[in-house]
Amino acid sequence: MYSNGYIFRYAAILVIITASLLSLAAMLLKPFQDRNRAIDKMQGILSSSGLHNIEAGKAISLFNKYIVEEDIINPEGDIVTSYTKSPKEEGEAFHVDLKKENYNKSKGKPYKLPLYIANVEGKKIYIIPMRGTGLWGPIWGNIALSDDFNTVVGVFFDHEGETPGLGAEITTENFQKQFTGKKIFDDKGNFTSIKVVKGGIKKLPPQEQIHGVDAISGGTITSKGVEAMINTTLKSYLPFIKKHNKDK
Amino acid sequence: MSTEKKEKEPLFSPANVKLLTKPLNLNNPITVQVLGICSALAVTVKLKPALVMTLAVIAVTGISNLVISLLRNGIPPRIRIIVQLVVIATMVILVDQILKAFVYDVSKQLSVFVGLIITNCIIMGRLEAFAMANKPWPALLDGIGNGLGYGLILITVAFFRELFGSGTLFDYRIVPEAFYNFGYENNGLMILPPMALITVGVIIWVQRYYNRELIENK
Repeated sequence: MYSNGYIFRYAAILVIITASLLSLAAMLLKPFQDRNRAIDKMQGILSSSGLHNIEAGKAISLFNKYIVEEDIINPEGDIVTSYTKSPKEEGEAFHVDLKKENYNKSKGKPYKLPLYIANVEGKKIYIIPMRGTGLWGPIWGNIALSDDFNTVVGVFFDHEGETPGLGAEITTENFQKQFTGKKIFDDKGNFTSIKVVKGGIKKLPPQEQIHGVDAISGGTITSKGVEAMINTTLKSYLPFIKKHNKDK
Repeated sequence: MSTEKKEKEPLFSPANVKLLTKPLNLNNPITVQVLGICSALAVTVKLKPALVMTLAVIAVTGISNLVISLLRNGIPPRIRIIVQLVVIATMVILVDQILKAFVYDVSKQLSVFVGLIITNCIIMGRLEAFAMANKPWPALLDGIGNGLGYGLILITVAFFRELFGSGTLFDYRIVPEAFYNFGYENNGLMILPPMALITVGVIIWVQRYYNRELIENK
């Protein structure tokens, strides 16, 4: 029989060896993983502005080609910094941690609002990154607005661990393409956001259908999470949108 | 000296080769041992994730079998399950990190299922049943063999599910456009987990038809 001392020593040594092995691997692989995450983010931004399914190898060059400006906006709606140089991934907006900014916002502290401006075939597209909560974990994405700051050009959503086949359907093209052409303001200029309607937008009165999309059956909480994410994110940008639209 | 020589058998002796080939058919982890079913349902919608999952499981079963077999004489029996789990978990985290670093899109598709390799009963089953009692080389072969047997079923299931569910293989369109014009539709049910279970069932049926000795006597 093995003594208790042996068992404890054995367990301790085993754990120390595996822990150091794993930390070493995590350190060595981190640069590659960060690179992949950055590319993933670019693909998301490009996808929301209508350039879908871009290969990882081409993402960086296309991102640099289409994104013309990266801004940081303050809650009052003024542009704090504007970055137009290349490479675009060096821009401050690209490195804003939305989790941190959302936390600051909830605590009433000053926060930054990143904004990407793309130029796709001569049209200016304003891309707003978003982050919210789904059912099991965070969801995030981008919403791209055309230069009237009203019409949605496209959206992109991703998630950490929503249920496959249900909540995870927010990543599918079928869900995302519904958003294209929808409006975030009504005729009188009141902010309506985009509603994700359970049971389908057929239930809404006709004049409101332009402000809604169909929810995912079986993915109610994720659908609500998407709606809340769009609503709260766009609300933060309202001062900027109002100022910017007046300038024109 | 002479006794030592007698004990040494060639690396690929018939007994060792059997360790590799038996799990492919007569001792298949999925269809005969009925282990690792849950991940077989989860990652077989498309061939690519199924293939990556197969490679990941082969790496994890092979290496953890080897490691446990090397340690087998020093592991205190009272904590052996925990030791096995630590070894498996370490391997799985390593695999996960490597996937994230080099095949990010696949890693995103597999998402939580890579982590769930830890709970794949095949690996723990082989450690407990084989590696704890056998020498490193046979243990490594047994691990790889079981990984291959698991992968064989995974890829077969994924082949049918992708072909009928999405009309593609490895994301290349197989079913011609003309078929769709004539009203052919992808079978949405194939994408859902129940059809994976049924496909596995059909495979078990076919396998037992050709291998009558697998049929249980009642």
